[in-house]
Amino acid sequence: MLEIQSLECVRDDRLLFSGLSFTVAEAQVLQIEGPNGSGKTSLLRIICGLRQAEAGKVLWQGESITASREDYYANMVYIGHLPCIKGDLTVLENVRALLDTRSLSLSTTEIEGALAKVGLATYEDVQGKALSSGQRRRILLAFVELSRAKLWILDEPLTALDVQGVALMESMILDHKRAGGSVVFTTHHGMQLDCEMSSVQLGRKARLQGVE
Amino acid sequence: MLKAYYHLLVRDLRLALRNRHELANPLIFFVLVVTLFPLAVTPTSEALRAMAPGVIWVSALLAVLLSLDRLFKQDYDDGSLDQLMLSPNPLMILVLAKVSAHWLLTGLPLVIIAPLLGLFMSLPSEAVTVLIYSLLLGTPVLSLVGAIGVSLTVAVNRGGVLLSLIILPLYIPILIFGANAVDVASDGLPVTGQLLFLGAVLALALSLAPLATSVALRITAAR
Repeated sequence: MLEIQSLECVRDDRLLFSGLSFTVAEAQVLQIEGPNGSGKTSLLRIICGLRQAEAGKVLWQGESITASREDYYANMVYIGHLPCIKGDLTVLENVRALLDTRSLSLSTTEIEGALAKVGLATYEDVQGKALSSGQRRRILLAFVELSRAKLWILDEPLTALDVQGVALMESMILDHKRAGGSVVFTTHHGMQLDCEMSSVQLGRKARLQGVE
Repeated sequence: MLKAYYHLLVRDLRLALRNRHELANPLIFFVLVVTLFPLAVTPTSEALRAMAPGVIWVSALLAVLLSLDRLFKQDYDDGSLDQLMLSPNPLMILVLAKVSAHWLLTGLPLVIIAPLLGLFMSLPSEAVTVLIYSLLLGTPVLSLVGAIGVSLTVAVNRGGVLLSLIILPLYIPILIFGANAVDVASDGLPVTGQLLFLGAVLALALSLAPLATSVALRITAAR
């Protein structure tokens, strides 16, 4: 589904990784591992097409993501470090605004169902600024759930989530995999996923290889 | 595609309406500057009439410039800009929606209040009509061209000075033709040429600025 070919990433004159290749197949869960500053977020942003790699390609269904942009973005959802939540919009409006970027108009019942699933039932009309940071992250989970994307790209999805939130994220990933979807994620928190999982290691070793 | 344009436009308008004090800032600035001028100079109606086109146009231009920051800043800070860039819809359309919202919230109120200030500066009524037309054609260009500058500087902390340096040279032709149209009209001469020029610049900006802005936004995000 997604193919990464010999990517190289340089940030502030430091080589983060080079010659990085891997593929993400259907129903595959892939964790990007590595210490702080090893380029996990940069890698995910390159995969999304938000950042340009110094060298290498990202292919979606065999085509470069710039060529297949529309199809790729319709089938991919990304959450990064930032909450994407507007303080002046209600929870429901925030979810709608996020879904609108994907041109998805869903019924209120459908959105409320997803909000209930992430533990935000009865919060529909609360303004974003009144929410805790964990609750804001939960809105993003509802967005991911409703996005109908085949590929989830999650950068530190467990940030600010409590124990139940972590369990929820785990079960969401498992359900998504069972439905044939793929997930690429990074995390520093222990995620106990009861399924087959692959990983890509970034970090010092990769950096040293590049310097030689 | 039209739906994406409409949804984003409505979202931005709704956000602005819930934050009304910020909305009023450019308008208050505009009115304050124009009303303070007669107090600082000899307020004979000839003197006022002579400087009215320039004063009104410069104030409108600066009011728009001061409000430009709002265009992408919040979306950049909270990550929504990333989501817009990951939309399957063309980024150009979304940029156009944001710029339209910006114009409706800053440019249009200026156009509406301007005739009042024109009369206050004792402009003849033909000149007031031309003032409305020139602002109606000119302020959208200010928003469109401003968007290019903002998208380049949104990632820079305190990029205000940089923004002015990038944008002001591009604003100058609009200022010259806009103010000149009003000036010429108050002398009772025809102004078709100036207005046609402003219209041509608007058409050019409308077709090219969203494209340039979306490219600039991608560069900003890639950092």
